[in-house]
Amino acid sequence: MDLLSENKRAAIWSIALLIVGLLVWEMSISAQAINTGELTEYELLTGAGTAKAGVPPPSEVAVKAWQELSNPFYDAGPNDKGIGIQIGYSIYRVLTGYFLAALIAIPLGFLIGMSSVAYKALNPFIQVLRPISPLAWMPLALFIIQDSEASAIFVIFICSIWPMLINTAFGVAGVREDWVNVARTHELGAFKTAFTVILPAAAPTIVTGMRISIGIAWLVIVAAEMLVGGTGIGYYVWNEWNNLDLTSVIFSILMIGVVGMLLDSMFGLLQRAVAYTE
Amino acid sequence: MAKSFLSIEQLTQRYPDGKGGEFTVFENASFGVEKGEFVCILGHSGCGKSTIMNILAGLSDPTSGVVKMDGFEVSGPSLDRGVVFQNYSLLPWLTALKNVTFGVAARFPQWTKVKVIEHSTAFLAKVGLTGDAIHRKPSQLSGGMRQRVSIARAFANEPKLLLLDEPFGALDALTRGTIQDELIKVWSDTDQTVFMITHDIDEAILLADRILLMTNGPMAQVAESVEITIPRPRNRTQIVEHPNYYAIRNHLVQFLGQRSADLSDQTSGANNRPVDVRIDLTDMAEGDDPEPASVLRAVEG
Repeated sequence: MDLLSENKRAAIWSIALLIVGLLVWEMSISAQAINTGELTEYELLTGAGTAKAGVPPPSEVAVKAWQELSNPFYDAGPNDKGIGIQIGYSIYRVLTGYFLAALIAIPLGFLIGMSSVAYKALNPFIQVLRPISPLAWMPLALFIIQDSEASAIFVIFICSIWPMLINTAFGVAGVREDWVNVARTHELGAFKTAFTVILPAAAPTIVTGMRISIGIAWLVIVAAEMLVGGTGIGYYVWNEWNNLDLTSVIFSILMIGVVGMLLDSMFGLLQRAVAYTE
Repeated sequence: MAKSFLSIEQLTQRYPDGKGGEFTVFENASFGVEKGEFVCILGHSGCGKSTIMNILAGLSDPTSGVVKMDGFEVSGPSLDRGVVFQNYSLLPWLTALKNVTFGVAARFPQWTKVKVIEHSTAFLAKVGLTGDAIHRKPSQLSGGMRQRVSIARAFANEPKLLLLDEPFGALDALTRGTIQDELIKVWSDTDQTVFMITHDIDEAILLADRILLMTNGPMAQVAESVEITIPRPRNRTQIVEHPNYYAIRNHLVQFLGQRSADLSDQTSGANNRPVDVRIDLTDMAEGDDPEPASVLRAVEG
């Protein structure tokens, strides 16, 4: 069996699983459809005649997805924005917080990786700050920054900094001494050594840290936006839950997954670009 | 005695032994290397060969003593001293060619990109790497090819002194032979001064003008400097037929097998230069040497 046929077989299995899963879901929903028989006037008045809010079947979700995705950028007031706008807000917050974190974590990681004194001096702080749930910072951030938007970005910043910082330090510290010696015998200056030898040597480890960070940032933004409200995919999920619109909730859950996958696969490509074999 | 091109003066290396005392690897080692000379250093593991190499490369500092090249004291690594490391030390994310251009561009920053590539390609060709192979990454090359790239990188930089740290140690015997031939070829095309560490007696005889012999550590010394009295060009198959070959080889084997241990751990004098040894049976065969064949001519340096 060559590789292509293996991939094809895997694809057939994936599609089969999807179809079976959707069918089971669809059928289990229609089975619990309520019986609309004769109702008393009292029952009609209390709303027993309308369908009870239930988990929608996949067909309904598909219809909703089609509606939303065919017009993703409409803006009809604070509580009615297109899915594209909501996701756009979330991505903007994630990327802003993330790149601010990278801007600090990567140079600081270089420093910690190159100097064992810096490592030992900063390690206690890292070890205490790292396990703190990013959302625990939220009240403090809201109080100090006094702006919900910036607080959400700060929460993303604080949660994405640790994997990048630790992986950069680890990657830089692990650069083979031979390669550093090559730089030394070629009289490369500190900056040239950092950029032409240490950075490419540590790049796979650094990018792995960046990939972990973006994953965590995307997990955290949903929760953060549920707290700060206003805009974003996290707020959208919570808002639709308040509207009891489970179709939208399921649709937005799927969108969160798809965007997360796209973000991750972008870093997967970057990882492949910087990889090398010894 | 005239100052050598490279002169090592009273070099001493001590490390703390972990028990509050000191461990002396070697003490007051002094020797010289002339311009254009190919010198090998032979000795058992632990006698401090690699330490000497690292000091010459400027990668570590001796406890005391100085290294002078061209009359100037050596401190820190420099492009004037090229190094070929035992484990090749190629940068794995760069192609073979880029590994060489990396060095050439650092050595000749004023050169244009085209010139750097031309120069690098020419040196890769000298060690037998041409065509597609130079665009491959080290992981896609065999051990022998990697070491060729490493040698090309060092020679392309045209350093004043080339340091080779057991460059063939990790290669199989057949590959080693071919690359030794290539090394001789590249070396004879240039007037490169080479200082090389090796464990291999035959390799040393084939390549060197002079072999420095080290006694065992601790307190190792550079005890002898043996001149290789076999004319160049040398060829691995014909060299063994030269009358001097086995005489020199036996002397080296005897030193490494017996005398390196006997001479070890002796406190050395303030300035112990190696004893010059010259073994030449061809003189004897022509009958213009008054000394008996069995006697080695040892001359105090």
